[in-house]
Amino acid sequence: MSRFWPLIRLVPRQTHFDFVSLAPYAAVLSALAIVGASLSFVVQGMNFGVDFVGGTVMEVSTPGPAPLGPIRADLARLEAHDAQVQIFGNPNSARVQFRSVQGKDANAGAVFVASQLTSQFPGLKVSGQSTVGAKVSGELVWKGVFALGTALLLMLLYIWFRFQLQFGLGAILALFHDIALTIGLLCVTQIEVSMTSIAALLTVIGYSMNEKVISFDRLRENLRKFKRTPLREVINLSENERLSRTIITGTTALLALSGALFMGGPALFPLVFTMAFGIFIGTYSSIYVALPVILLWGVRRDDEEARPIGPQPARP
Amino acid sequence: MLALTRWKIILVLGSAIFGLLFTLPNLVPEGVLPSWAPHQRLNLGLDLQGGSYLLLEVDTKALTKERLTNLTEDVRTKLKSAQIDFTELGVQGAVVSVRITDPGQVRAAYGLLNNSLGERLLTGGRDVTVRTGADQHIQTAFVSTASDAAAADAVSRSIEIVRKRIDAMGTKEPSITRQGVDRIVVEAPGESDPEKLRAVIGKTAKLTFQMVDSDVAPQDMAAGRIPPEDQLLASDDGFAPAYVVKRRSVVTGEMLTNASGSTDENNQPAVAFSFNGQGTRRFAEVTTQNIGKPFAIVLDGRVISAPRINSAITGGNGIITGRFTVESAHDLALLLKSGALPAPLNVEEQRTVGAELGADAVRAGAISLAIGAAAIFAFIILAYGLFGIFAAVALVINVSMIVAAMSLTQATLTLPGIAGLILTMAVAVDANVLIYERMRDEANAGRSAMAAADTGYRRALTSIIDANVTTMISALIMFQFGAGPVKGFAWTLSIGVLTSVFTAVLVTQVLIGLWFRIARPKALPIA
Repeated sequence: MSRFWPLIRLVPRQTHFDFVSLAPYAAVLSALAIVGASLSFVVQGMNFGVDFVGGTVMEVSTPGPAPLGPIRADLARLEAHDAQVQIFGNPNSARVQFRSVQGKDANAGAVFVASQLTSQFPGLKVSGQSTVGAKVSGELVWKGVFALGTALLLMLLYIWFRFQLQFGLGAILALFHDIALTIGLLCVTQIEVSMTSIAALLTVIGYSMNEKVISFDRLRENLRKFKRTPLREVINLSENERLSRTIITGTTALLALSGALFMGGPALFPLVFTMAFGIFIGTYSSIYVALPVILLWGVRRDDEEARPIGPQPARP
Repeated sequence: MLALTRWKIILVLGSAIFGLLFTLPNLVPEGVLPSWAPHQRLNLGLDLQGGSYLLLEVDTKALTKERLTNLTEDVRTKLKSAQIDFTELGVQGAVVSVRITDPGQVRAAYGLLNNSLGERLLTGGRDVTVRTGADQHIQTAFVSTASDAAAADAVSRSIEIVRKRIDAMGTKEPSITRQGVDRIVVEAPGESDPEKLRAVIGKTAKLTFQMVDSDVAPQDMAAGRIPPEDQLLASDDGFAPAYVVKRRSVVTGEMLTNASGSTDENNQPAVAFSFNGQGTRRFAEVTTQNIGKPFAIVLDGRVISAPRINSAITGGNGIITGRFTVESAHDLALLLKSGALPAPLNVEEQRTVGAELGADAVRAGAISLAIGAAAIFAFIILAYGLFGIFAAVALVINVSMIVAAMSLTQATLTLPGIAGLILTMAVAVDANVLIYERMRDEANAGRSAMAAADTGYRRALTSIIDANVTTMISALIMFQFGAGPVKGFAWTLSIGVLTSVFTAVLVTQVLIGLWFRIARPKALPIA
């Protein structure tokens, strides 16, 4: 302990957890989670917002508690398809969403519903509105898929460039694992999937990759230090060495997001919730997906060619 | 690495001053700072300050259709004036086809059309091709490059006209940009009534003056039996449901030089206009020849009024009466003045955030940021004591540099961007965590305080850079992918990655270096 400050220690100075021995159980757990995510994806599906399916979403505010039932009934009267009405943030606000209005194009439908609602419910105000036409929403779907694909590819290339190919494949498998589970989370919670969700997924990929790089760095260093030690033990050693950092950083990140998660309001919640989940899952998959893959595959040892092409880490 | 070189200190001090100086305008009320100080504030996105976003697509199909209709009318007029009889004139796909009744005149008709249709191109030749087909047919079509050029030109002109119209509305700092081939993005901060915007942008405002064909009997009109050179137009004038008018327009909106809201002799709202030279001449000519006959004033294919010509109008000025309110007369004048859109604009995407909703978002964002920062500070100081305070100082400089850079470049801060900022703080702290954990390891391995600190920085640096490159990659992809809020997120994240590597590594290094010099410690406070 320090003479300067009563430092909190989340983990003892030296730990000797056998991370690798838990890997088979983790593999089963991950497999089950992925099966669950796939099931939810098939059964429940993703709750795509107007960004991806087109239509209109408007936030309305009312003087008193928002009359959700009557608004729903009114939307049915107006022949608005796939209408959803929910509380938005506080009881005096509601979120009204619909795909289209019978016999009207996207914009005319939005204008029509807005004017009908404001005249039917005195004091109701439309405080925000988004209308996305079918053409644009179709394009956004492809742009989103393309963005995720490009991200994965570039990450693979970067890891391949900085480490060995085995590391890159471990990382990519872990990323697929993370994306599958995050998508599963979106399906299970039925959080609306919007353009921001793609940003959230990309952030999850970025953070998860960050974790993998830190983990690989330490592993690579120890592989050089202990050339005769079995890979399994080197992995355990590396993970124990960086355990303190893993926990402190993960906690910091989650604490940092906590404000946005609880106080950020309904607009920020889906993004931050997905990011918080990503921090969790990214940390887990570094230890229990990426490293086991590397362990199973094996790495080239005492092969100087395997050293990175990029800048060498400084030696003392 | 801990050696306190002069450039390091200058760099750290300089960046701290930069951050403070350019963040300051965001912290104090406007007008407090002296004139030499920077005054650019954060550029808040539409989701934070309220406003409207419209994605418009120029309807190039309608443009092509209109060009083909005009070509058809040209063929009709040319053949008629050369007294060549024809049948089956019409548009087939992208081709205007006509059958010449007399086989002997096909050659003459071909020559006539080939030499006079369309416009001369800069590259030589004309923008219309004319071919003779089987069975005395002649086919004319636009050269494809000319059609593309017409479409491109229509988009550019549309942007200019949209800009003029929105500027005339008095919206503050609207942004009007081209996207892709045929799309226009309009962003109007503070304009939270999308209907007002759409009313101004949505109208083509194509104005024509066409003679009413009084020779068509009402029963023929009702049965749709109208001569080919005429057209039936619906009317909004309140007198007749529709009029039969000559297809050929006498004057068009392009010949207007000015328009303004006005009143007629009965003190009813009206639109006053004046013609340019060509319009004045044409209008004088037609009104002189047609005294006593009505003509129709047509806006976007609907008759707004059909006054009778009482006397020749030679001055080039006039008023349009109709069923106007003061406001609608003013709006129409505005539209006429800024010119007609070459093609209709379709609204493909529209997003509006009311000012109140924006203010709520700002409040929520600020609270989130404050809680996030407080949590990080508390945790990092608890975990690393004095070094935690150093990391917190670095974090403050980091955030101020991000805010400064965003204010300076006027990059847009959006609500997701605030989440990006929070995440950036966490990732910045991670760099310090990596460094400090390394120091602990090195100290535990038996190195002296100084050596452990020095090695900690040295060893952690590659990991930090590697890890941040991955974040940068995902930010750059987001930037490519997203619009509006997502772009704001990506931008904040990218700036944050750059500044956080700098502050987490260099600022803490200088602080720890200073501390070593002053306190001359025997052990690390985190060991």
